[in-house]
Amino acid sequence: MANVTLRSVRKTYPGGFEAIKGVDVDVGDGQFCVLVGPSGCGKSTLLRMVAGLETITGGEIDIGGRVVNQVEPADRDIAMVFQNYALYPHMSVYNNMAYGLRNRGMAEAEIKTRVEEAARVLELSPMLERKPRQLSGGQRQRVAMGRAIVRQPKVFLFDEPLSNLDAKLRIAMRVEIRKLQRRLNTTSIYVTHDQLEAMTLADILVVMNGGQVEQIGNPLDIYQKPATTFVASFIGAPPMNLMPLRSDELTSQIAGADGAGIVGIRPEDFVISSETVSGGVALGLTVEAIEHVGAETFVYGSRQREEQGVAANPGELPPGEVIVRVPGATGPAIGERIRAVAPRDKLHLFTADGRKRVAG
Amino acid sequence: MQKQAIFQSKLLPYALVAPQLAIVLIFFYWPAAQAVIQSFLLQDAFGLSTSFVWFENYLELFKDPAYFAAIVRTFAFSFAIAVSSLSFALLLAVMADKPLRGSTLYRTLLIWPYAVAPPVVGVLWVFMLHPSLGVLSRYLRAMGVDWNPLLDGDQAAALIILAAAWKQISYNFLFFLAGLQSIPKSVIEAAAIDGARPMRRFWTVIFPLLSPTIFFLLVINIVYAFFDTFGIIDTMTRGGPGKATETLVYKVYTDGLLGGNLGSSAAQSVILMVIVVVLTGIQFRFVERKVTY
Repeated sequence: MANVTLRSVRKTYPGGFEAIKGVDVDVGDGQFCVLVGPSGCGKSTLLRMVAGLETITGGEIDIGGRVVNQVEPADRDIAMVFQNYALYPHMSVYNNMAYGLRNRGMAEAEIKTRVEEAARVLELSPMLERKPRQLSGGQRQRVAMGRAIVRQPKVFLFDEPLSNLDAKLRIAMRVEIRKLQRRLNTTSIYVTHDQLEAMTLADILVVMNGGQVEQIGNPLDIYQKPATTFVASFIGAPPMNLMPLRSDELTSQIAGADGAGIVGIRPEDFVISSETVSGGVALGLTVEAIEHVGAETFVYGSRQREEQGVAANPGELPPGEVIVRVPGATGPAIGERIRAVAPRDKLHLFTADGRKRVAG
Repeated sequence: MQKQAIFQSKLLPYALVAPQLAIVLIFFYWPAAQAVIQSFLLQDAFGLSTSFVWFENYLELFKDPAYFAAIVRTFAFSFAIAVSSLSFALLLAVMADKPLRGSTLYRTLLIWPYAVAPPVVGVLWVFMLHPSLGVLSRYLRAMGVDWNPLLDGDQAAALIILAAAWKQISYNFLFFLAGLQSIPKSVIEAAAIDGARPMRRFWTVIFPLLSPTIFFLLVINIVYAFFDTFGIIDTMTRGGPGKATETLVYKVYTDGLLGGNLGSSAAQSVILMVIVVVLTGIQFRFVERKVTY
């Protein structure tokens, strides 16, 4: 049991490339922290720095009240689950789990108890004598989990552990990991590029971009009050609609938009209606595409007037395109002209550079 | 899925493999058959009369203590050469595998010795360790070693092993390096997090994962030590002093070409052929199916 604190942690490679540009994160005892961001944002590097697999070139990493910058991975009392599982291919499932315990000189009887307990929890008991190559992807993933939990470490580290599984298994394992972590109550840091995984697992969500933290907080708070346009478009699927506020169509309508340069509206906050909303937004759209998901329908519309685009971030809409979510399976037809409105309290206002949320 | 060519004519595939088959038949099976036939014959000293003697040449060989000594010597040489070159090459490969500056340069340099022909290797080491001319011999003398491989059989043997092992290090190094690089980095990182120190990591994770490579190289090195050391022995010691460095292959040469005993020489070649077949069989059986995991 321990908390993990990162204090202005930096990573600069010998070539001068700055992978991590000063990150501060505080993960409380027993909390589940998820680092999320697009590929290349430094989230995996950061996790490997906590594990001790990458050197720290600036700042401090503190695990359970001890600065571990110079401590070997073995002595940090952490366990890690790798993306490719990194099981020892020449050892049986039992030995894979027992290896870390044997290295620490634990008695065989105690090892047996712990491994069998972990195997029971993870439903691996019938396959303890098998080699990793005789297991399916999901089973290998569970062995990797087992190897981590038998050690009873202070901290679990997960490096995209579910990305090699198929979609259905991924959801099942996601729930398993969360349940297991709640029961063991072990501090965890989890890296993923999947925003849905991040939203569902996290107690604390850390959104990263370009080696920096964009926002830290409770997943729902981040969803409801994204601090930057990057967070706004990265968290949530389909992404938030972001539009420049310069256009007369918008500025004339939105109340109290002083200092704001960009307005963001989530697809589900739109209503197709002919009513006028005072202080809110109304957009005239031509329907270009429709996606039926079953419980809901996504309408892709283009705005009549060409707008100057907001700087494009990953997952963001092309300028001029707007997504509207309609509940149920009924929606407008392609080519139809609709009017989408959103009330004032559903609008997210950002400064023109997208780096700051404007109050209100 | 395997790619398969489809031929219209039945003749074409045979025509395509024919050159290869012809080479194998003419240059391998035909001489081999000749050796087998020769091994059943006994020729007089002047080559005037030849008589069919069944297995007499073989029986003579197995009764000959000198032949038995050559067998023991050859196995001892092979073992010493294989073990020393494998272990040294592994050590070098493990060090070269570390991400160091200029690694490409010294990896290339380490591969060079393989390009040196065995007789040249022999000459190089003979000069370096020649009792009166050698650079290294002076240091050995200075350290109080009575170094004279031209007279001392054990020292001559050590010299052969040294030269033969040195030449093979490059080859082994190359395979070990490739083997080490094929081990996923995350497995080694997992072992580090699992609390295994570098030495323990090496013996419990890296070494077992290298075992297919090690076994493959062991067989290759034994075959090398058996057959390809001829050039080194011939330039360095010519089997001497006495018979101290005469291996089975070298004995085939001395008995047949120098001693004129073609029947016995042929019988020895056949025995060597059997050994190669056995070694190759072992190789195919185990290496192809991967060892340990």
